[in-house]
Amino acid sequence: MSLQLRDLYEGFRDAEVIKALSKRITQESEALREPLHVMEVCGGHTHTIMKYGLKQLLPQNIRFIHGPGCPVCIMPKERIDHAIDLSRMEDAILCTLGDMIRVPGSKGSLAEERAAGRDIRPLYTPLDALKIARENPHKKVIFFAIGFETTTPMSAALLDAAIKAGVENLFLHANHVLVPPAVDAIMADGRAKVNAFIGPSHVSVITGSKIYEPLPIRYGTPVAVSGFEPVDVMEGILMLVRQKNEARCAVEVQYTRAVSREGNTKAQALIERYMEPRAHFRWRGIGDIPHSALRLREAYAHYDAERVFAEHLGNEPIDDHKLCICGTILKGLASPKECKVFGTACTPSTPLGSCMVSSEGACNAYFRFAEV
Amino acid sequence: MTHIQLSHGGGGEEMNRLIHSLFFEAFGNETLLQSEDAAALHIKSPIAFTTDGFTVSPLFFEGGDIGKIAIAGTVNDLAMMGARPLYLSAAFIIEEGLALEDLRRIVASMSAELARSSARIVCGDTKVVPKGACDKLFITTSGIGEIVYGGISAHRLCAGDAIIVSRDIGAHGATVLAAREGIGIWGDLRSDCATLWGAVAALLEGALSIHALRDATRGGLAAVLNEWAVASNVCIELEEEAIPISGPVRGLCELLGFEATDFANEGTFVLALPKAQAPRALEILRAMELTCNAALIGEVSQKRPGRVILKSPWGSSRYLELPKGELLPRIC
Repeated sequence: MSLQLRDLYEGFRDAEVIKALSKRITQESEALREPLHVMEVCGGHTHTIMKYGLKQLLPQNIRFIHGPGCPVCIMPKERIDHAIDLSRMEDAILCTLGDMIRVPGSKGSLAEERAAGRDIRPLYTPLDALKIARENPHKKVIFFAIGFETTTPMSAALLDAAIKAGVENLFLHANHVLVPPAVDAIMADGRAKVNAFIGPSHVSVITGSKIYEPLPIRYGTPVAVSGFEPVDVMEGILMLVRQKNEARCAVEVQYTRAVSREGNTKAQALIERYMEPRAHFRWRGIGDIPHSALRLREAYAHYDAERVFAEHLGNEPIDDHKLCICGTILKGLASPKECKVFGTACTPSTPLGSCMVSSEGACNAYFRFAEV
Repeated sequence: MTHIQLSHGGGGEEMNRLIHSLFFEAFGNETLLQSEDAAALHIKSPIAFTTDGFTVSPLFFEGGDIGKIAIAGTVNDLAMMGARPLYLSAAFIIEEGLALEDLRRIVASMSAELARSSARIVCGDTKVVPKGACDKLFITTSGIGEIVYGGISAHRLCAGDAIIVSRDIGAHGATVLAAREGIGIWGDLRSDCATLWGAVAALLEGALSIHALRDATRGGLAAVLNEWAVASNVCIELEEEAIPISGPVRGLCELLGFEATDFANEGTFVLALPKAQAPRALEILRAMELTCNAALIGEVSQKRPGRVILKSPWGSSRYLELPKGELLPRIC
């Protein structure tokens, strides 16, 4: 029997299971000594929570605080300007993943640049960039790489394939960011009320659950690494409630069908070979976070668009629109509905802030899957 | 000669030959063959009149092609107004260099689709534009139909109406997206592109009080229902689980993060009528091949006028919004 796509999710959207979990959580949460403020770090979880209406199935004393885990949302304007500046170079083809096309920087969005005649191509998989580079040997093909630990191996694999194929007109602009430093930055700020974490799904498949082990020790917060389906998230919540009630505090994995403690070591080795941590990276709304992103190693500098085309790129930090509170939302200090321009001046078709652009952004999820 | 040249649109001998050997041959009827500046028509009843431009890329896709859509699309627009399709116009804007064989296939497909309703092409136009001025081929069709069932309107929904969808949703949008992006999906992903007049005619003859009828083209099911909710100032409450979605469409949505309710359809319609008549309407629809998956997906209430609510099987609910700001390719 072959594996069908639906086999991967079907049981995890079962109405009876979801209802039973909701009931169990409601019963057991009565014993909670303080409200549970769960940060779901990853935008994929925010999407699940809103799409499946999970907030409505939880008692009053369990609240979600949406985390910074949306790679498009945390991209500061000056990095988006980099993409625009690169696309404006002569003989350049700029490739990137879906939602990046629509995020506004200080000079507009890539979508506007494309309309103005630049060659900008949204890809479904980074390896398509290699094909484009081969088909256009006289052009400079730049892959504007974004994403957390989940997509980083694909960028490393692209570079690996380009080197092996001797392709020299392909460049990477690396914007790969890391989950643990971002979580530390939010907790160190001290203002977020977070007292439990739902750990990311896909990130953890690559990194393993071990990367969260410092969290319970540093912040006294339980962690449940959960899958992206509604049953996964509900079960993760139940695990957090139980840890709290039993006065325990540990990293537990709900998403055992894909996540191990060690993670995908082959992918980790591939990243290690080609990338190294940056001294610091500026996150939209959060600011500079040390060692929170990766760049290409010195040995591969001739593939690094940031270094090769440095003369075209500015590095001045550019702040958000003054009405936009994406930064506060990404820090877990506000909910999208507290924003004055939510759904009025800022919508998915005319986004002011990055959280409204990406399907993993909290504002976009609140807009698309508005609760009744 | 294997490709369309600029001279084919020049108004001279080459164009005449193209029109006669291709278009007249395929669409020939008394009115068209008169070759006058305009078709002279005799219609006594109230009429419905519509127009649509077709620019789908790729020109050929699983389940159809631009020609089939150009006929079915306009015929369906008439059908949705309770009008029997009668006369169509067809204007072709052809990019220099289009393979003549492709044009022949498209015209043959249009001719085959015309046979599925009472519509005939009675006038047309052909232009050839230089390479790069359009993408291979654009077709515009307009249509006139005789209204045989009056009063169908987006403004007529009322509390207590049932909402029925004629088949599984999203097949066209998913098929064209997969073809454009070169995504190989296992299973049978094919466009729903089809002439709906047959199914609609059967409903119209079924002694039903049809309040609203619309084909869920661009914007998909989500757009039709939101437009209805606003136009009639009613609330439409849907049971998410009741909305039919095929395995391959669901798979594509899962993989790429789309919602099937946002995907375009080219042979799927939505119907609103009093709840008591829903079983009869379903019986009529399910007896026909194109609409054998017809399903009751929800009903009209006054809960939140102007909004569409999607109810999950586990008791939560959310609004179904109009599709916005998505990166969807040109699909019709």
